[in-house]
Amino acid sequence: MRTLTKTIALIAAAAVLLPAGAGAGTFRFGLLLVGPYNDRGWSQAHYEAGRRIEKEIPGTEMIYIDKVNPADRPGVTIPQLVDDMVEKGCRLIIANSDDMKDGIVEAALEHPDVYFVHVSGDHVLAGNAPKNLSNLMGRMEYAKMMAGFVAALTTRTGKIGYLGPLVNDETRRLAVSSYLGARYAWEHVRKRPASELKFRVNWIGFWFNIPGVTADPTQVAQNFFNSGYDVLVSGIDTTEAVVVAQQKRKEGKEVWAVPYDYAGACEGAGDVCLGVPYFNWFPGYKMLIQAAMAGKWKSQWLWLGPDWKDINDHQTSSVGFLPGPALPAEVRPQLDAFVRDLGSGKLNLFQGPLNYQDGSTFLAAGQTATDQQIWYMKQLLQGMEGQSSAK
Amino acid sequence: MRSRSFETLVAAGLVLIFTTAVLLLTGAPPLEAFSLLVRGSFGSVSKLARVLTVWVPLTLCACGLIYTFRIGLWNIGVEGQVILGAVGTTWALRAGAGHLPPGVLLALAMATGVLLGAGWSLAAGVLRTRGGVNEIFAGLGLNFVAQGVVLWLIFGPWKRPGVASMSGTVPFPPELWLPNFSWGRLSPVALGCAVGALVLTAWLLGRTRVGLFLRAVGGNPRAAHLLGLPPERYLLLAMVMAGGMAGLAGGIQVTAVYHRLIPAISSNYGYLALLVTMLAGFRLGPVAPIALFFAGLNVGSVQLPMALQLDSSLSGVIQGASVLAVLLAHGWGVHRARRQA
Repeated sequence: MRTLTKTIALIAAAAVLLPAGAGAGTFRFGLLLVGPYNDRGWSQAHYEAGRRIEKEIPGTEMIYIDKVNPADRPGVTIPQLVDDMVEKGCRLIIANSDDMKDGIVEAALEHPDVYFVHVSGDHVLAGNAPKNLSNLMGRMEYAKMMAGFVAALTTRTGKIGYLGPLVNDETRRLAVSSYLGARYAWEHVRKRPASELKFRVNWIGFWFNIPGVTADPTQVAQNFFNSGYDVLVSGIDTTEAVVVAQQKRKEGKEVWAVPYDYAGACEGAGDVCLGVPYFNWFPGYKMLIQAAMAGKWKSQWLWLGPDWKDINDHQTSSVGFLPGPALPAEVRPQLDAFVRDLGSGKLNLFQGPLNYQDGSTFLAAGQTATDQQIWYMKQLLQGMEGQSSAK
Repeated sequence: MRSRSFETLVAAGLVLIFTTAVLLLTGAPPLEAFSLLVRGSFGSVSKLARVLTVWVPLTLCACGLIYTFRIGLWNIGVEGQVILGAVGTTWALRAGAGHLPPGVLLALAMATGVLLGAGWSLAAGVLRTRGGVNEIFAGLGLNFVAQGVVLWLIFGPWKRPGVASMSGTVPFPPELWLPNFSWGRLSPVALGCAVGALVLTAWLLGRTRVGLFLRAVGGNPRAAHLLGLPPERYLLLAMVMAGGMAGLAGGIQVTAVYHRLIPAISSNYGYLALLVTMLAGFRLGPVAPIALFFAGLNVGSVQLPMALQLDSSLSGVIQGASVLAVLLAHGWGVHRARRQA
């Protein structure tokens, strides 16, 4: 027993004495990913942006940990992981999920000399962020409009499904944007009455499948296709929409899907993938990390849009839409014109008259939405089917 | 006694060989992985604090399980009892916030957690004594119900304003958090609860007649009945002790760790405590060190993905392998003893 105690003490002493910090001049940053780093969705888009930062900003180095959620890592809290990363020498820490909002503020208050970035959160906008915390998000609304646009131009049945995660301001905002793009294409390109377009949102309950807790996205997707919806737009972090669409293709059904989040999401799904609205976190990461490195940090709320000169420019565009291999050839020029009009401001889909789902006014005729109105989207819109709030 | 330590040695060897093989198969350097596990769990005081934060609910649950195992019950429902404890504590905090001084409210809330945990356990006990339902099935069923209750509360009556979220209910204000030591994320109150449970259990089972009676009833209910010991009462007593301690663990998860109710509030500590108790040979003595070992694995394994990009489920592999190896070594020991006899 005594030798055992001695050994443990020795190991502990060695561990404490071993240097853990980063080398001089290295700027180490940490990345907390809610899903697997290779989920071909939300988390992978963050992971790859971090890797690009390491390559393109000399002297930076990333530590990451993925699957940071209470289902995958029971008992592990955000403040604990932040402690670990700070101990390993991280000077800036990025938390990539809405789910981490409470933990990251707690951690930011405890480590006032470390910078924090909470992706998709609104602490800065709401005025309750500590000085060392910034928020970052992409204006995905535009890319989601493009997703809805191509969906409406492709559908044969006039029924578009939307695979929603959980219900909150962000997810309502993105479902609404997809609907607005779809309705525009339906009315102004296909010249059909809006009432003939069916757009249904089904929420699974979380950003990805948690067996026994969320609805199974595979089943939800199958139900859509089995009940006549032939284009499925994904709003969740993972790839079920395209996977199920491919299965249905093999069974001989003419169906399509629009994945989400990650630029590479269409790979291997060429026969069903109409295109992907995706995040490019590199420009946002770069701005914040360079500010921190130069000692010019300030607490900011960054809602970064596409670079309208080229929405798929990897250096400058924070959101993009990559047309997929299954996009019908005749739709392509129509999409290009749509993107052009959105970019020039000639077209603003967040313009009244628009009603909320319960019939109350969202925007009066001629009124355009403010950033705040779009960010805090209170309900789905009239014309959309599905729940506006969790029951 | 000598043969028992020999068995432990054999078991530890088996676990080490098995885990190394798994690491080699995944192409990871075993030495570095083991060193990361040790450094990640006991390498600094803040890490030790974190390990003890896991140790507290594990020890509480395992202590409770000693009572039920002593009387021959498999209290699988311990997981649900943790969850109900958390629900009770959350309910009391929500109801009393702003009306009562924080210290009083916290104490009341923890007591509510204990009561709810004990009640949930009592339900399984009554199902067994009155309904003839095996406590394993009753417990499993009640675990599912408990999980359903938590999800319903978080997505229904207790949802955040406007936004129901897997991240749980709105966090409580800091004055309703159990305070931490200055040197790490560990609540002295929580630590005291676990140590208190160990002492109480050792005293009740070792120094009073309760322990003797539990064993007597567990060994032979009919004989116990003839001796004037009501088996039913002792059975329910064991369930209540187990449920109360599990409920306290749940309350601590709310007040000291997450500061809110989350869907995975029990962190599977109930199930893990079953493994701890099995590994301890259903005896109280080894519970504390084994729980510490499991807690260390749980905390240290987070380092694996961070430093080696390894999946941290390795800790689960080691825990499972430990239990199997001990059962195996024990079985082999018994077999050998029989052959020699």
